[in-house]
Amino acid sequence: MAAPRASLRLVAPVWNGGTSGIRGLSRAVDPEGSPRKGRTLLRFLADRFYDVEAVREYLLQKQVLKVLQKNRFQDKEWMRPNGRGLSGELWKLREVPVEAVDASGCAINYQGLDNLLALKELQSLSLQCCPHVDDWCLSRLHQLANSLRELSLAGCPRISERGLACLHHLQNLRRLDISDLPAVSNPGLTQILVEEMLPNCEVLGADWAQGLKLGPEEQTRDTASSPIPA
Amino acid sequence: MLRRALRLGLGPGLLGRGLGTHREGSTLAWDGKVSEIKKKIQSILPGGAWSPLCDTSHLPPEHSDVVIVGGGVLGLSVAYWLKRLEKQQGAIRVLVVERDHTYSQASTVLSVGGIRQQFSLPENIQLSLFSVEFLRNINEYLAVVDDPPLDLQFNPSGYLFLASEEGATIMENNVKVQRQEGAKVCLMSPEQLQKKFPWINTEGVALASYGLENEGWFDPWCLLQGLRRKVQSMGVLFCHGEVTRFVSSSNHMETTSGEKVTLRRIHEVHVKVDRSQEYQPVECAIVVIAAGAWSGQIAELAGIGKGPPGTLQGTRLPVEPRKRYVYLWHCPQGPGLEAPLVADPSGAYFRREGLGNNYLGGYSPTEEEEPDPGNLEVDHDFFQEKVWPHLARRVPAFETLKVRRAWAGYYDYNTFDQNGVVGPHPLVVNMYFATGFSGHGLQQAPAVGRAVAEVMLEGRFQTIDLSPFLFSRFYLGEKAQEHCII
Repeated sequence: MAAPRASLRLVAPVWNGGTSGIRGLSRAVDPEGSPRKGRTLLRFLADRFYDVEAVREYLLQKQVLKVLQKNRFQDKEWMRPNGRGLSGELWKLREVPVEAVDASGCAINYQGLDNLLALKELQSLSLQCCPHVDDWCLSRLHQLANSLRELSLAGCPRISERGLACLHHLQNLRRLDISDLPAVSNPGLTQILVEEMLPNCEVLGADWAQGLKLGPEEQTRDTASSPIPA
Repeated sequence: MLRRALRLGLGPGLLGRGLGTHREGSTLAWDGKVSEIKKKIQSILPGGAWSPLCDTSHLPPEHSDVVIVGGGVLGLSVAYWLKRLEKQQGAIRVLVVERDHTYSQASTVLSVGGIRQQFSLPENIQLSLFSVEFLRNINEYLAVVDDPPLDLQFNPSGYLFLASEEGATIMENNVKVQRQEGAKVCLMSPEQLQKKFPWINTEGVALASYGLENEGWFDPWCLLQGLRRKVQSMGVLFCHGEVTRFVSSSNHMETTSGEKVTLRRIHEVHVKVDRSQEYQPVECAIVVIAAGAWSGQIAELAGIGKGPPGTLQGTRLPVEPRKRYVYLWHCPQGPGLEAPLVADPSGAYFRREGLGNNYLGGYSPTEEEEPDPGNLEVDHDFFQEKVWPHLARRVPAFETLKVRRAWAGYYDYNTFDQNGVVGPHPLVVNMYFATGFSGHGLQQAPAVGRAVAEVMLEGRFQTIDLSPFLFSRFYLGEKAQEHCII
């Protein structure tokens, strides 16, 4: 008899406030117009006083390490979520192979993937909108090549076409969602190349015509058809 | 009246009004003068570069604890780890001397940028494993306050080495060693290879080894700039100049067995400023040679190799520049997104570049065919005669291709055993080497920098033991031969 589809959901992200600091790091250089008077004052002070500079560097290091620490903590949580409440249920489910994992929005990173990759029967994995899943994480997914049928990477801000290139190991994949990846430079072209790379897979993502410039006859047709208000 | 005078004196309007009555041109001249005066005052205050006798702001400092000759990725890596591992913040004063601040001939930036763990020596594998971990967490290691994070553009596509019948056993042994050290490599038969990469022609291939994780290629310029700005923020001084002379003193000593040895210690490094005859003698405690392809010349300047041949004094640093060409071509029917960096048994290699069906590749010539390393001119016939036939044989789609660009770069080639020279010199007691990596220096730079910093600070290798790469092996004749060289 087929095992029940155990859809384990990781603990919801508790520290959305915390991610903004890290997101601030990964955001491209801010436009000059944004009002950050506090930041310029700090910069001015840091340029002139060694103490302020040292304090800022220390705080930056702590911020950067926070992600790692929180993830290690999450690893323990994976085995026993919500304290004592669910541990009894999980114990009974220990022998049941996990078929699907929905980790959308979770702060899982390269080390945290160790737990997911241990699930050798995993068929469906959703990593939608995970802020720390990047190309390096995708290069680890080859360990799930035998079983993985469905993968969703929609909305992950750090995945680029270079990481998508290592999905070719997953030859059993039948559904792949690569929509809304802001770091992919050329979504239409990437879609075509990924479809060529995984011939048996249905790839959801950008429309291949996205980003193409309209031809001259299509352009005139558009302007002719747009109604001019009287 | 006093109040009026005070108001006039203290109000912001006085100076402003005074300036406002001048004409436009002289207002700007006054602004320029103000900033000049400010700069002069800053330089006169303690810590500035002004000295009462002459202006030395363009010269390197007169004293420095460590002088690193060469500002490429290895030199900067050593500087970074020195500042990171020093016991107290600001304890060590480091000066990096780089002759060309545009890096126009530096091997770092002209490199293809690959990183792999498929080596035959365990030390090389460990170096590469640590370096890839460094690159993965580069924004933790090289974070600078207020600066955007680095994007190395890493392509985790792996390396694919193909072996013919003769090379198959060696490849199997190598893969065993690699797996022992923790590299994720898989072996493939020709049938499996054909199934995985249908665009390969498996004729003549007996075995293939494919790196599954932690292998690929990245942007070396980004790594260099990241290291540079981090190292500057840690307080390392940069000097745009050329090392022309070492001033050293000798000490005649006897070993425990009664042999006479001459130990030398370098006291000063003369740095010549660019486009001028001026030089600055920098008094230093330690010198690190990380000059890449020119390390051999720098070592000669330091007197290494000046002695009767066959003795330790007469052992030269066998690092010389070797020119290698890299070609960029376009092939519309070429391999797709999944293409790894493929290394043919003949020695030709190629990898995908970008999404537009462009590919980068080259071929290491044999000893007899070595081009003249005097300049970095590209020989396009070399591609036609030597590279293209191998490529077209291995990937039939490459029979129709069009070369778009090409460039040449130097390997800091170690003629002894094509592996790096790391660590102290046995006779020149305060000189350390971090050079001679013969084409795989970029991918091992973070780990080598840490190893050299450990030797300098602690006296021995602590994390990765690089004793097989010490200078003394040239005298003892112990080759640490690396078989997987591209």
